[in-house]
Amino acid sequence: MHIVVCVKQVPDTTEVRVDPETNTLIREGVPSIINPYDAHAVEAAVSLKEKYGGKVTVISMGPPQAEEVMRRSIAIGADEGILLSDRNFAGSDTLATSYILAQGIQRVSDKEPVDLVLCGKQAIDGDTAQVGPGIAVRLNIPQLTYVMEIEEVDLESKEIIVHRKLEDKKVRVACRFPALLTVVRDINEIRYSSLPDLIKSARYKPKLWTQKELGLDLQQIGLKGSPTSVSKIFAPPQRSEGEIIPGGQDNPNEAAKVLVQKLLSTKIIANK
Amino acid sequence: MTEKFDVIVVGAGPAGISTALTTTKAGLNTILIERGDFPGSKNVMGGVLYRHPTEQIVPEFYKVAPLERHIIEQRMWILDEDSAVTLGYKASRYGAEPYNAFTVLRARFDRWLATQAVEAGVLLITETVVEDLLIENDRVVGVRTGRPDGDVYGNVVVLAEGVNSILTQKAGLKKDGLKTTELAVAVKEVIGLPKEKIEDRFNLEQGQGVTIELVGDSTKGMVGTGFIYTNTDSISVGVGALLSQMVRKEINPNELLEHLKNHPMVRPLLEGGETKEYLGHMIPEGGYHSIPKLYRDGLLVVGDAAQFVNGIHREGSNMAMLSGKMAAETIIDAHKMGEFDERALSHYEKTLENSFILKDLQKYQNASELFETHDHFFSLYPQMINKAAHEFTTIDSIPKKEKQNKILKDITAQRSKFKLIKDMYRGWRVMG
Amino acid sequence: MTVRVIEKNCIACGLCVQACPFEALEVKGDVAVVDPDKCTNCGDCVEICPADALALDEPPKEMTKKEIKSVEDNEAAAKEIKKELKEYNGIWIFIEQMDGKPAPVSWELLGEGARLAKQIDTELVGVLIGDKVASLAGEAFSYGADKVYLVENPLLKNYVTEPYTKVLVNLCKKYKPEIFLFGATSLGRDIAGAVATQLQTGLTADCTELTVDESSRYLMQTRPAFGGNIMATIVCRHRRPQMATVRPRVMSMPERQDGRTGEIIREDMDLKQEEILTRIIEVIEEKGSAVYLDKAEIIVAAGRGIGSKTNLKVIEELSEVLGGTVAASRAAVEAGWFEHTYQVGQTGVTVRPKVYFAVGISGAIQHLVGMQTSDVIVAINNDPDAPIFKFATFGIVGDYATVVPALTGEFKKRLNEEGLR
Repeated sequence: MHIVVCVKQVPDTTEVRVDPETNTLIREGVPSIINPYDAHAVEAAVSLKEKYGGKVTVISMGPPQAEEVMRRSIAIGADEGILLSDRNFAGSDTLATSYILAQGIQRVSDKEPVDLVLCGKQAIDGDTAQVGPGIAVRLNIPQLTYVMEIEEVDLESKEIIVHRKLEDKKVRVACRFPALLTVVRDINEIRYSSLPDLIKSARYKPKLWTQKELGLDLQQIGLKGSPTSVSKIFAPPQRSEGEIIPGGQDNPNEAAKVLVQKLLSTKIIANK
Repeated sequence: MTEKFDVIVVGAGPAGISTALTTTKAGLNTILIERGDFPGSKNVMGGVLYRHPTEQIVPEFYKVAPLERHIIEQRMWILDEDSAVTLGYKASRYGAEPYNAFTVLRARFDRWLATQAVEAGVLLITETVVEDLLIENDRVVGVRTGRPDGDVYGNVVVLAEGVNSILTQKAGLKKDGLKTTELAVAVKEVIGLPKEKIEDRFNLEQGQGVTIELVGDSTKGMVGTGFIYTNTDSISVGVGALLSQMVRKEINPNELLEHLKNHPMVRPLLEGGETKEYLGHMIPEGGYHSIPKLYRDGLLVVGDAAQFVNGIHREGSNMAMLSGKMAAETIIDAHKMGEFDERALSHYEKTLENSFILKDLQKYQNASELFETHDHFFSLYPQMINKAAHEFTTIDSIPKKEKQNKILKDITAQRSKFKLIKDMYRGWRVMG
Repeated sequence: MTVRVIEKNCIACGLCVQACPFEALEVKGDVAVVDPDKCTNCGDCVEICPADALALDEPPKEMTKKEIKSVEDNEAAAKEIKKELKEYNGIWIFIEQMDGKPAPVSWELLGEGARLAKQIDTELVGVLIGDKVASLAGEAFSYGADKVYLVENPLLKNYVTEPYTKVLVNLCKKYKPEIFLFGATSLGRDIAGAVATQLQTGLTADCTELTVDESSRYLMQTRPAFGGNIMATIVCRHRRPQMATVRPRVMSMPERQDGRTGEIIREDMDLKQEEILTRIIEVIEEKGSAVYLDKAEIIVAAGRGIGSKTNLKVIEELSEVLGGTVAASRAAVEAGWFEHTYQVGQTGVTVRPKVYFAVGISGAIQHLVGMQTSDVIVAINNDPDAPIFKFATFGIVGDYATVVPALTGEFKKRLNEEGLR
């Protein structure tokens, strides 16, 4: 099987803050990491390769520093990494990004046909979960999102069976491939790389493809190719201290009554 | 099987990076293994970086490295509870290239230094712990890491593991382990302050820095010092003391730091600042007598792991980097000969003996012991110096001769003339 | 008329070049240069410039004939875009349903949609697709829709991305909505991206606030990013429909008006079984399982204050009465009372329920980051100084062993009364 995994380098959002005075992002000192969901996608791809044979190619759209996540992917067990990097990509929204990545994947597939495209559910900076489906549409392949388990791959009939995680249930689905999957964290644990893999990844230099090499339409990339734009950024409202309902120690029944009344009146519990 | 390397360096601190950078530049296949997420993530220093020794590793590093301020003034404060006798040296020529010393933040600087090594060809592996040495026929042939398939072989292993010298002990080079009399524990806070405020308070021009060593009340009389160093837009304030004494007196380092921060001479300097980071680390304090055996077949020890720290002169990082370079040079020669046994590597120690590293440590070899057993150097004497200064500077109507006698009487009441002279003699002896 | 470059501010980043719809800017050397023949003063470049190096200029005193002509040409081009956009009308709401059961977010969106539709004086439309779902059209009218587009087909019985996408894309191409909203459910977020890409239009994910600018008719879409650390307001100026997925339970449920009617427009869609490459094998319900903690709406979490595993019973009872899921703080997991899958916090799951009951949980920062975006936080703790009280919407200081059963009892009583069980 030839599996392509889309990965993205993102700032570690647990450490990002907004300066409440200037309303700009404070990114100084915030480390860059591989998007956690994408790491799970790489792990899933490598597991499939180990089970069914084949190759795992990772592809990323990003600045030159994104080389780092290519190396991380090699350390997990990917075979090859391709970085799509060009100044003209800057400012791309999800529509432009899916165009660029789809074109990149198509070029990979032209050389070695791709059976599966794996993506993480969403990137932890944009949080949109839109690029995966966008790529599927452009490659004209079916999509399966929120995959929490890959049950089986039938190479003969070219069908894959997965479990999709919905709000409070899971759905077992079969799909013909080539297909695109987006995965959630429940799907696996990322392996602790072996030393040889780590050494291999430290030496790895990914391929670099630019806009010219990909023959991309300038109208569909960067700011030009992005229908959406950011109008404003601001810090989220801080959570403030609420209300202490008296009587918790002396009269718990009364306190409970008051609390239940408040909760029901705001209709939060009723809105089911 | 993982490939075999010419050199395996354990620990990407200044010593390890310097070793790896030097061997790789000579064309040796070098791997540098670090347990932290990135080089510098586990390292702590006050800290002051010296220009001359660092240039031996990276010429003109100060033009491109992430440094805080270049130091133009070094102060020493001898503290009593609420006063200080101060000394200092300020030199305007330190304010221009090539400079003398800089304040640095290790997480930034080490990371940069490691990048120089990687760009020169060092294979850097992070988030990997070296758990053991691989020994065959009494010779060190490689290391065992905590990763699957984690054994890696090499001609020489260099231990740059830092003060927690577990592998050095495993290699049998430090038979009786580390004693609490040979270690200090230090803690520091990085306190954010706008750069203009720093320049204002410390009387500096843009980019210039000051270091202040604080002796006496800062360590509540224990062997050790406090420090205040100016960074670009923060202050590093910290204190460390001998571990054995802290254990005996049941004082923990955080208490010392809070005490120091509240000292009337210190507090105004930190006013309005915001604590950004809190760090702690151990420092080798044993000096010459605590140095382990520095080499065996296939193995060398550098930096803090070799106890190369001169606390009296605040030198550690320079010894680390230069011992790393010396170790590398020994290995390069050994590589030419194709021999990596104890004899071939013994040249390392000889180089050290001929350098300031062992010469200085030897000079002060008895200092640690003297200070540990005679704690009045850090308690009584600072107090007396302050008392004397106070008496001297207070203008009242007492005749000067009387004042003088009073000072002497106060002093000798605490410590007899004889003991005083003995202390002074001893102090002079250990300081060389 | 032309935009003016303030050269001393310009950093030659090139963003204005990309932003200009008329290719009137280019970077020459280290500064941007405006081509006055092409510039229409639309201002897109001024907005995007990060260095405040562009400004809308005063109109010049006199223009040559050539200048006047080129300005007129450019204004005509701008008018063209505006004219095209005028062809798009109506606010569409995707009515999500599974096995004929509607997702409540659909009604919330009708409520929100009605408010927006009124502001820009346009129709509110429900889009309903599936098999034998026509009765839901009536529901849509009760919640405020003026019109429903209905597409029924046995092949649309179970949700599969591709046929649903095909239907929605065709409807959009035919009827040209100016705004199309979906609930940000797993289904909504699965389909919206596919539809937007087919239509080559802009989509904003997981919005928590929507407003509309009455003059430009732009939908201002506000949503969290960077894991909720910042809020961003997004706009889609030149493509239609303006699409967004909206976070469930943020917009309020509208009042139901029984008897309200509207227009149903049936559309037939040519769908072929062979074209559908995905099939559903089975659906497995797993209510209350820890696996779905991240989507749970009501969570009752236990911390160290519970004391022992046997004491968990009261926690479970409260959770059951409310139809919620139990969860744990790290301390409770480490004490062995819960498996790690139930852990909420920095090293566990991030949750966002409507109500989060924190019982016997002190509120350390590592726990807080996992649940601080809950709609309502209720803290029950014996220690009045516990940090959690600083963040909780409601707090009760007391012994959980008496307070929690009291809550369970009261909820049982009230929920039975109100016939909500």
